[in-house]
Amino acid sequence: MGTHNHQTIQPHNHTAMTIIEIKELFKTYNDSEVEVHAVNGVDLNIEEGEFTAIVGPSGSGKTTLLNMLGGLDQPTSGNIRIDDTDLGKLKSSQLIDFRMKNIGFVFQSYNLIPVLTAKENVEFVMHLQGRPKKEREARTMQLLEAVGLKGREDSRPSKLSGGQQQRVAVARALASKPKFVLADEPTANLDSKSTENLLNIMEELNKQEKITFIFSTHDQRVVNKAHRVITLEDGKIISDNRKK
Amino acid sequence: MHYTLNSNDMIPSVAWRNIWRNPLRSGIIITAITIGMFAGVFSATFMKGWMNQRLEAGIETETSHIQIHNPEYRKNYDIRQIIPKGFDLAEQLSENPTINGVSPRITIQSMVASAETGTGVKIMGIIPEKEKQVTSLSEYVTEGDYFESISRNPIVIGKKLSEKLKIKLKSKVVITLQDADGHLTGGAFRVCGIFDTANSMYEETNVFVRYQDLARLSMLSEGVAHEIIIHLHDQNDLNSTTLALREQHSGLEVLNWKELTPELGYLNEIGNLYTYIFVIIILLSLGFGIVNTMLMVVMERVKEIGMLMAIGMGKLRVFLMLMFETILLTLTGGTIGIMLGLGASLALQQNGINLSNWAQGLEDFGYSSIVYPVVEVQMVVVIVILVILTGILASLYPARKALKYNPADAIRTE
Ligand SMILES: Nc1ncnc2c1ncn2[C@@H]1O[C@H](COP(=O)(O)OP(=O)(O)OP(=O)(O)O)[C@@H](O)[C@H]1O
Ligand SMILES: [Mg+2]
Repeated sequence: MGTHNHQTIQPHNHTAMTIIEIKELFKTYNDSEVEVHAVNGVDLNIEEGEFTAIVGPSGSGKTTLLNMLGGLDQPTSGNIRIDDTDLGKLKSSQLIDFRMKNIGFVFQSYNLIPVLTAKENVEFVMHLQGRPKKEREARTMQLLEAVGLKGREDSRPSKLSGGQQQRVAVARALASKPKFVLADEPTANLDSKSTENLLNIMEELNKQEKITFIFSTHDQRVVNKAHRVITLEDGKIISDNRKK
Repeated sequence: MHYTLNSNDMIPSVAWRNIWRNPLRSGIIITAITIGMFAGVFSATFMKGWMNQRLEAGIETETSHIQIHNPEYRKNYDIRQIIPKGFDLAEQLSENPTINGVSPRITIQSMVASAETGTGVKIMGIIPEKEKQVTSLSEYVTEGDYFESISRNPIVIGKKLSEKLKIKLKSKVVITLQDADGHLTGGAFRVCGIFDTANSMYEETNVFVRYQDLARLSMLSEGVAHEIIIHLHDQNDLNSTTLALREQHSGLEVLNWKELTPELGYLNEIGNLYTYIFVIIILLSLGFGIVNTMLMVVMERVKEIGMLMAIGMGKLRVFLMLMFETILLTLTGGTIGIMLGLGASLALQQNGINLSNWAQGLEDFGYSSIVYPVVEVQMVVVIVILVILTGILASLYPARKALKYNPADAIRTE
């Protein structure tokens, strides 16, 4: 992939480039008696290099929105365009390939393969992509160093703290040089110190490497770090504030 | 979707390590497979040994390889259905390079009686030196000897018959038969040797005397025979020699042991079939255990599988990973079990397994009570293939189950 051959993503243009374009997105669950409009008409653009938090009360649709954004779930209606790709037009096998190459994921838990070491977890996606060994190792070391885990490469997840595991997950999410990283409540299981540490690392990567982060959270301190805060309620955007 | 495995692929390695995430659960199923395959392999080699011994015993001590009769003789064992120039034919046959030994016999249905009791037997008039070349009966004489110690009308009988007639060595028995002229006649014989083979039935119904003694008693002229027994150098020549002899002696009935005792001929196939059925039943029940284990694995790892699919692991890869895990699990137990089974079989190959304490009746049917297991490579290969097949089949259902989830639902599951 020609566009992915550089260690860092191209410097920010002044005319910021829109990488995600969401139009009239709906997701309705009707498997119970009442229809649930988990995402209820969302229009949203995300620009390259953003550091965006999605907040809102429990059940407001944050996870549902992020899942559709990541191509993990199909919208009921509406449209998601990532760069030039309409997600809705991809076949499921193409979607898997697209996710692998373009989107990094950090979940709240169960992020890592427990039988692989930190290093192997980060390398895993590059393995799936069939990247050469040299490239894999160099990138893995670089990323683990960036998330402050140099020296812990050979530890299995069970030997790492929750915060360290999430940092490995961030490194793993970046391994394939994605267009953006989606993180659904990445700090929900972390203490405040680890939370701050993880956020600092993410912010640093955002600044230094121009990685676009979109994360959901309940935590006010995490919200404070964000450069843009989108608030959801009942599946609708009720506010959208850019801070920096 | 295409998928090719390359040398630095992590899937087999992840699958192998996944097995050991729950050592107890994996250990239990591996142990079950080990025990099952041990039982399968050991019973296979045991069965093989047993069948081979039965065959050996049947051929070497009883039927030998090929028998030639007057075509009418076997219909009702009529004393008059002879091969007139039996001795000459035997002489001529022994020139054949594939033939190891030839023995002409007179064979008559008769009654044998001791002072106590009597019974029906087949009496065979043989030339001891020639008979030694076609059957190994002389080696089974455990009391007395083989036509050496007694000079007048010696008879060699089976152990079982001696018990039945309540006679010992040197005891006198009376043989009664219908001679060639149709007259009832009788003669006294003295027990010279008692043979003890694995087949009590045979021991009880066959007695041996010298050719000239029986010929005289039955009024048959010297040189005739009811049957000519042929032993080959190499069992592999059996079919070709049978056909050649049949062609050369179209006026006579030429039959080999497979035709004479079809049940022995099928023994091998029946034994193999039995073994495979046994192994398949074991694997089938183990298969359910494996499916159960892997279903637990899949249920437990739904979230993880969802994560793997999210980060770019395609369904085929997830499927293959679970399949690898199942096959490796199965092969681990299978390999250990097969090795133990082979080890035990090889260890017992020297001294055999003595069944006489448990299976008194076996010898009545010609089965030795000491069994020497036989390892047959072909059978081991088939068992290994069956084990691999079980692993593959047992992986299909659980692995398919894992693919039912879409990643979003999988990650959400509690
Ligand atoms: N698979 C599903 N089937 C039915 N309803 C669902 C499903 N997934 C989510 N929902 C519903 O959709 C709504 C939005 O859920 P979602 O998980 O997106 O909220 P959230 O903002 O992520 O909440 P939280 O902060 O608790 O994680 C909720 O009412 C939820 O019950
Ligand atoms: Mg959520």
